[in-house]
Amino acid sequence: MFDHTLPELAALLHGGKASSEEVTRLFLSRIERLDPALNAFITVDAHKALAAARAADARIAAGEAGPLTGIPIAHKDLFCAKGWKTTCASRMLADWVSPYDAHVVERLDRAGAVLVGKTNMDEFAMGSSNENSHFGPVRNPWDTARVPGGSSGGSAAAVAARLVPAATGTDTGGSIRQPASLTGTCGIRPTYGAVSRYGMVAFASSLDQGGAFGKSAEDLALMMNAMGGFDARDSTSVERPAEDYRRDLAKPLAGLRVGLPKEYFTADLAPDVGACVIAAVDELRRLGATTVEVSLPNQALAVPVYYVIAPAEASSNLSRFDGVRYGHRAAQYADLNDMYRRSRAEGFGPEVRRRILVGTYVLSHGYYDAYYLQAQKVRRLIAGDFARAFAACDVIAGPVAPTVAFPIGEKSSDPVQMYLEDLYTIPVNLAGLPGLSVPCGLGAHGLPVGLQLIGDYFDEARMLQVAHQYQLATDWHRKAPPGYGA
Amino acid sequence: MLSRDDVRRIAELARIEVPEEGLAAVQHDLNGIFGLVERMRAVDTAGVEPMAHAVDLTQRLREDKVTDTDQHELFQACAPQVEDGLYLVPKVIE
Repeated sequence: MFDHTLPELAALLHGGKASSEEVTRLFLSRIERLDPALNAFITVDAHKALAAARAADARIAAGEAGPLTGIPIAHKDLFCAKGWKTTCASRMLADWVSPYDAHVVERLDRAGAVLVGKTNMDEFAMGSSNENSHFGPVRNPWDTARVPGGSSGGSAAAVAARLVPAATGTDTGGSIRQPASLTGTCGIRPTYGAVSRYGMVAFASSLDQGGAFGKSAEDLALMMNAMGGFDARDSTSVERPAEDYRRDLAKPLAGLRVGLPKEYFTADLAPDVGACVIAAVDELRRLGATTVEVSLPNQALAVPVYYVIAPAEASSNLSRFDGVRYGHRAAQYADLNDMYRRSRAEGFGPEVRRRILVGTYVLSHGYYDAYYLQAQKVRRLIAGDFARAFAACDVIAGPVAPTVAFPIGEKSSDPVQMYLEDLYTIPVNLAGLPGLSVPCGLGAHGLPVGLQLIGDYFDEARMLQVAHQYQLATDWHRKAPPGYGA
Repeated sequence: MLSRDDVRRIAELARIEVPEEGLAAVQHDLNGIFGLVERMRAVDTAGVEPMAHAVDLTQRLREDKVTDTDQHELFQACAPQVEDGLYLVPKVIE
């Protein structure tokens, strides 16, 4: 049962074959048994989870169940959940209990999903390996000596290890798609503005977007149905009618034009990963799609641009952590300024401090035009590349990450090496487009590889259709890490 | 290339203490990052409009009525030091 997709679990729950309490107990016992080796969770609350499961069972009995009612889920630990610790994997917020719910938390709660815990992550979502956590690194269930990717590494590892059927994540530069690729799970980052950022602790506000992990494209569609939609409390939430992300899943791919960016298939891409991605593209062709080469000429500028814009916005957003209103305050200090300096030096880990310093510099007097403004201009060029590409195709396909999961410690001493991990995901965030990762094979060392699909603005339903049709013809998404399957 | 003094100045602006013995390592990391960023600075962007956001935004207006309730006790419960509804900080004015 722990291997089921969301619709399969829902069929058991709503058909009277299992209660939410039973299902929730099953996943809680898996967490208890298997998570000590993975460290995917920061907080697990069996008491709260079982209370929510019993409430879901009452709803099901009353005939008021929705597609997610009674299904256990986990939230990345930067979604505020009332009465739950919300740490952002930082010492700064290690003991902070949220007094309110994020929009996403409220929505999934209302849908009857059962929150079992909050997942580990890179501190304040800054990282690509989940090694930057105050609560220790997350381990990849495919090989516990390797990283699960980041920053939503806990959510990805938890879904991969079948500790929870689905989980939320956030993606600022690849933080959902890259860990999904490295753990053999499915992960979607929707269009900027499709999911409310209210109650999602901010990292880089013009790039941050909430999304989800699951075991199939249909799982992602069901999560998006609950999470998406307009929210007046987020000034960047886009006012559009609610949509059913499942609506096109059953449509065949005949006539679909798949764009292959030539800059995504170069020597930067490991041959084992490239082979899996190309085989997946061949499968799309067999299913009736045609392929066309497209070009994203400014793609190589995306990582440099990102490391100006994201730190700049982070330095501004994280100025709120001053040891006054919430969070860590140093025990000893000489005066107010000293209290700020020490509280922030003690509360933030090295990568967060580094990015705040970079951001402070690029926004400082005399450097703004040369860095921040220039980065915003190149950002427009990158977005323009995608607009031209989508004139020739309906969806873009390519790799998610240049390699399979790398060993813990391999890149942690060199920030720039770590940043280059995101070269295929960051352009999507800069443009504000939706993207997803679905498993498409096993590469070196038998480790999972993800296929990235990039859609045009608000074209999630089509991306999900392509992913679902691919999954009807293949079974890579059904592969569990050895020792974690049914 | 950032100098040690540049790093000290940025750390002060960012209100993050960087101890003297840690300056060299931070300087090295930041210069590595700015080496990566350099590639972007050479691009000709004459006439390109800066892109501040992923979507074109217009500020929405809402009705001018109270929608929030006073929950300051709840919200201040997590503060390091509070007295009579006020956040306490070290004395700023003698």
